[in-house]
Amino acid sequence: MPADPLRGAAAIVGLGITPQGKVFHTGALGFAVDAVKLALDDAGLAREDIDGLLLNPGLAWADLGMGSFQLQQAMGLRNLRLSATMNLGGATACAMIQHASQAIAAGLATTVVCVFSDMPLKPPAPKGDRASAASAYGFARGWEQAYGFFGVNAMYALVARRHMHRYGTSQDHLGAVAVGQRRWATLNPAAQLRDQPLTLDDYHRSRWIVEPFHLFDCCLVSNGGLAVIVTGAERARNLRRPPVYLWGMGQGHLGGDPADTLTSGAVLAREPAFRMAEITLRDVDVVELYDCYTFTVIVTLEDYGFCAKGEGGPFAAEQVTGPGGRVAVNTGGGQLASFYMWGMTPVSEAVIQLRGDGGARQVPRHDVALVSGNGGILSTHSTLILSRLPS
Amino acid sequence: MSAVPKPLPQITPEMAPFWEAARRHELMVQRCRGCGTRRFPARELCSRCLSRDAGWERVSGHGQVFSFAIMHQVYHPAFADAVPYAIVVVELEEGARVLSNLVDCPTADVAIGLPVEVVFEDVAPEVTLPKFRPRRAAA
Repeated sequence: MPADPLRGAAAIVGLGITPQGKVFHTGALGFAVDAVKLALDDAGLAREDIDGLLLNPGLAWADLGMGSFQLQQAMGLRNLRLSATMNLGGATACAMIQHASQAIAAGLATTVVCVFSDMPLKPPAPKGDRASAASAYGFARGWEQAYGFFGVNAMYALVARRHMHRYGTSQDHLGAVAVGQRRWATLNPAAQLRDQPLTLDDYHRSRWIVEPFHLFDCCLVSNGGLAVIVTGAERARNLRRPPVYLWGMGQGHLGGDPADTLTSGAVLAREPAFRMAEITLRDVDVVELYDCYTFTVIVTLEDYGFCAKGEGGPFAAEQVTGPGGRVAVNTGGGQLASFYMWGMTPVSEAVIQLRGDGGARQVPRHDVALVSGNGGILSTHSTLILSRLPS
Repeated sequence: MSAVPKPLPQITPEMAPFWEAARRHELMVQRCRGCGTRRFPARELCSRCLSRDAGWERVSGHGQVFSFAIMHQVYHPAFADAVPYAIVVVELEEGARVLSNLVDCPTADVAIGLPVEVVFEDVAPEVTLPKFRPRRAAA
């Protein structure tokens, strides 16, 4: 079978990460601009080189119409041949990179910047005038509030509880994911929780948010921006940093009720991605999985086949995913412990690892990375397989 | 008693029959006239057969807990005195799944499969919330 023409056709050549977390010096648009500038510097490219712009606006500017055009104007970008504002929730980051590489392979654009930014946290307000940061993430609809049903935490908790019921997933299993990722975070100078090691006892003692989720089952909330630049493989070889080639990609959106399927779209997305990449799971050195919750990591490990369906909890509890384990998962601490840029966090950590820039957390063998994105309540899913090798 | 009142449900035209029934202390769900599927909350279309033709049907109010979550975090000041409380998805005997609260039950005793029955909480002159409690043995 001939190789897929998309395999290795494009590469990530620039990575821009603004300060993350409780940072308030600009707004969502400003973080987006800063992230693009950092990515251009990283790649050694100029603004004029960009002819494609894909944007995933975070909650702070999700309502703004034509966001990618707003960002184009704010940055003075001219003569774009590709522009779109996309929203598949946490699956958008990998999906943007997919569309960028497809447009490049088709000859419709040469250099596409993919951007996420958000500002869910407000600066500390005077006493008595504090709006809850969590309210920014309250997706509660009109009638459910009357029952005290607020936010994504509760929606995910209902699905996690079904998984626990059906497969025996336990609180210790969830905690093992939190502990493993925190161990990685302590090795990552850019992680928001780098100075806060976590034991399983600490995990159990942390306050409940929505049971079965403790505080440390839930991802961080971060202000900031993150951008990556995608260009054709030929051009990629002549730029400042080592290219990260796109070997495989796929999407999967199951529909229906996640409380019934207890499954992410990885079960659909993995097959085309691994077929295109011409590898198997055993060839993957670095695994960066979308982690809005510890629970999501357990489900995603199952759905990519790292273990059998339902055994993600015991798999995580074997502590094989932390530093020194046999499967390097969420090596920067993930969104649970480093910073939360929707799916851009796992993408960026894969780029860092494949370039060999991981410092104390660098995975020794780092040829191939698997990256997942997940949006809604296991509603949308996207997969990237990346490599530092051209083919 | 919290100083801030709990939010009342926004009663949309689509969901109005549900809330009118609740005021009469009846539980009703929507039923597709195309394929007979019962559904909650109300929707314009049946996602199974795509029919727009639907009516409302009274149901027993009996079912079991399909899933649950215990709310600890206070997202709204009116619930500050209520935490921890149970959100439940109840699978009704007739098939639809309804999101509500479980009352008259310690949060530690909430479990998937627990048999429950509907109760009605009159929260305002015009508004009644259907909730659920562990099912009592038939008299």
